[in-house]
Amino acid sequence: MIDTLKPLLEVRNLKKHFPIRRGLLKRTAGYVRAVDDVSFFIMPGETLGLVGESGCGKTTAGRCLLRLIEPTAGEILFGESQDSRPIDVTKLDMASLKSYRRNIQIIFQDPYSSLDPRMSVADIVSEPLRIHKVASGSELEDRVANLLKSVGLQAAHLRRYPHSFSGGQRQRIGIARALALGPKMIVCDEPVSALDVSVQAQVLNVLEDLQDQFGLTYLFISHDLNVVDHISDRVAVMYVGKMVELARTTELFEHPLHPYTEALISALPQPDPRKKRDRILLTGDVANPADPPSGCYFHPRCRYAQDICNTEAPSWREIIPGHFAACHFAGEINLRPLSKPLIMKG
Amino acid sequence: MIPIQPVSQDDQMVIEVKDLAVHFAVFQGRVPAVNGVSFTIERGKTLGVVGESGCGKSVTGLSIMHLLPTPPAELVGGEIIFHRLSTGEVIDITKLSPQSAEMRSIRGNDIAMIFQEPMTSMTPAYTIGEQIMEAVILHQKVNKREARQRAVEMLDRVGMPQPGRNVDSYPHQLSGGMLQRAMIAAALSCQPSLLIADEPTTALDVTTAAQILDLMGQLQDEMGMAIMHVSHNLGVVAEVANEVAVMYLGRIVERSSVDDLFYNPKHPYTRGLMHSIPQIGQRQRLEPIRGVVPEPDAIPKGCAFAPRCPLFSPATCPPIVPPSVTVGPGHEVLCYRYDS
Repeated sequence: MIDTLKPLLEVRNLKKHFPIRRGLLKRTAGYVRAVDDVSFFIMPGETLGLVGESGCGKTTAGRCLLRLIEPTAGEILFGESQDSRPIDVTKLDMASLKSYRRNIQIIFQDPYSSLDPRMSVADIVSEPLRIHKVASGSELEDRVANLLKSVGLQAAHLRRYPHSFSGGQRQRIGIARALALGPKMIVCDEPVSALDVSVQAQVLNVLEDLQDQFGLTYLFISHDLNVVDHISDRVAVMYVGKMVELARTTELFEHPLHPYTEALISALPQPDPRKKRDRILLTGDVANPADPPSGCYFHPRCRYAQDICNTEAPSWREIIPGHFAACHFAGEINLRPLSKPLIMKG
Repeated sequence: MIPIQPVSQDDQMVIEVKDLAVHFAVFQGRVPAVNGVSFTIERGKTLGVVGESGCGKSVTGLSIMHLLPTPPAELVGGEIIFHRLSTGEVIDITKLSPQSAEMRSIRGNDIAMIFQEPMTSMTPAYTIGEQIMEAVILHQKVNKREARQRAVEMLDRVGMPQPGRNVDSYPHQLSGGMLQRAMIAAALSCQPSLLIADEPTTALDVTTAAQILDLMGQLQDEMGMAIMHVSHNLGVVAEVANEVAVMYLGRIVERSSVDDLFYNPKHPYTRGLMHSIPQIGQRQRLEPIRGVVPEPDAIPKGCAFAPRCPLFSPATCPPIVPPSVTVGPGHEVLCYRYDS
């Protein structure tokens, strides 16, 4: 059913290279390849999880989708409806970019620094509506009140300032702000990482309810595999600026095709003391994106590495329908799936 | 390699905390950060301490180190009995002055601590070698050259690549994972009998965290120290702890063996936490604990969890702090309705 649809957003060969400037004249001494030739698509109403360790480029990739960071190269194709021709976001002028951003919004990781402490909740949530001249006067007030209600806050909170809210409530304010313009898609950049366990669950439920209610599409960026598994339809894994694997969520955990995914899955701490610990411990550190290793970026830490991995970068291939990986030996080596916890809730 | 002192004494107890109470003086009055906390840890064992922000888990750790600033902190009551292996004495830490020679000879030597953020816990102005050597020179009667040698050995032991070179690295030159290894090296350089680890892997990536947990387990097997491992991550606790204390607003609301806690949780807060975490392979809707942790100046009377508790009823839960009930061997719970 989903196969006959066109993607809401398609990213082709996206690159973002940050120049490293040195010396008095600020000459460019090299580049940090934060996002290096990444391609993926997101279907309408879908949640695509994007996982990876710090510095892998997942946040940069997310921000490029809104052009909060200008991509170095590549295409970002956004299809506003199934009938219209998709637009290339990277080529939009400032005026069209502004109207594009009505369709795509972002929720940030840190609920403390992402809300202006000098603005009241009403100002924060109504700002997008005022900027885009969508509503004014009593209509504006009604819409803001409804937005707060939809994220589980009360109208009584309108005149308060961010400092009087807890982390979870602040994150709800951030979600209300992202929802204000009725976007089709929201980039959720680690939206629950800064929250306590019990509050994290509340915010995840709010995000799921809103998706059902408004048919939202999410790019859900997180380093927490438990959360990503819970919320995503498909999951993409990034390592040092490159995408290494992408598949449907259960497929990724049950049949990983990239050794890095295998290691991530096995490193996951699971809340079950009776489970035997059997982790694949990676040696060394994540590679430096300013000076990545030759060939496959993962090869110095990979336990299956062969000579070819040192010399040749693997290509991004569809190994089985809908399951992509960038590994010379994808599908040829038998990788360990997730071993599920023994405890079942209930 | 550093010689390891053979553990010969019969006394297995390392620390006994009894009814510890620490209050903080704030503008609005006094806030009970820790309110009657009791636990013990034996040699070679790990106590996992779980709870959300503000539950008092870090304050408990800092009290044992005698590192809380007074004021605003004030030790209101309780004892912290430390069985000092190096001298064979049994000492109540709360009776010592934080600056006393005795406390200073314990801190960093017999009891050491590692912190959540390696990037902010090490001083940027000194090399990691100098920071490891500081404790060694202070506590062990060695000269600078021997101390340096020891720092290199310790770095090697915690898996630092090229320890002879990295001993002269400054913190900014190392990654988070490597810095956490350096901090563990500094903490363990004097072979403490108690290690307090306050969220040691929270700021690290998944694969790096796995390396650090593995390393801590290995070093504990070798050195036999007791560990108090503070974490909000139930997955980490399930893996490292022998015994677990669940804290809520300054009290331990449930304490049991790790197996009992996960397979037979009694306190509604413990159960709530378990239902709140997304578990891999299970996609049903999460059941969060309702509401939020109250502000420290608005802690309810009686059971502090009552306003968020699905089992609360005025008929069964009087406004008096629930007594500790033993529900099984080594399994205690602070709840009126643990059996419903």
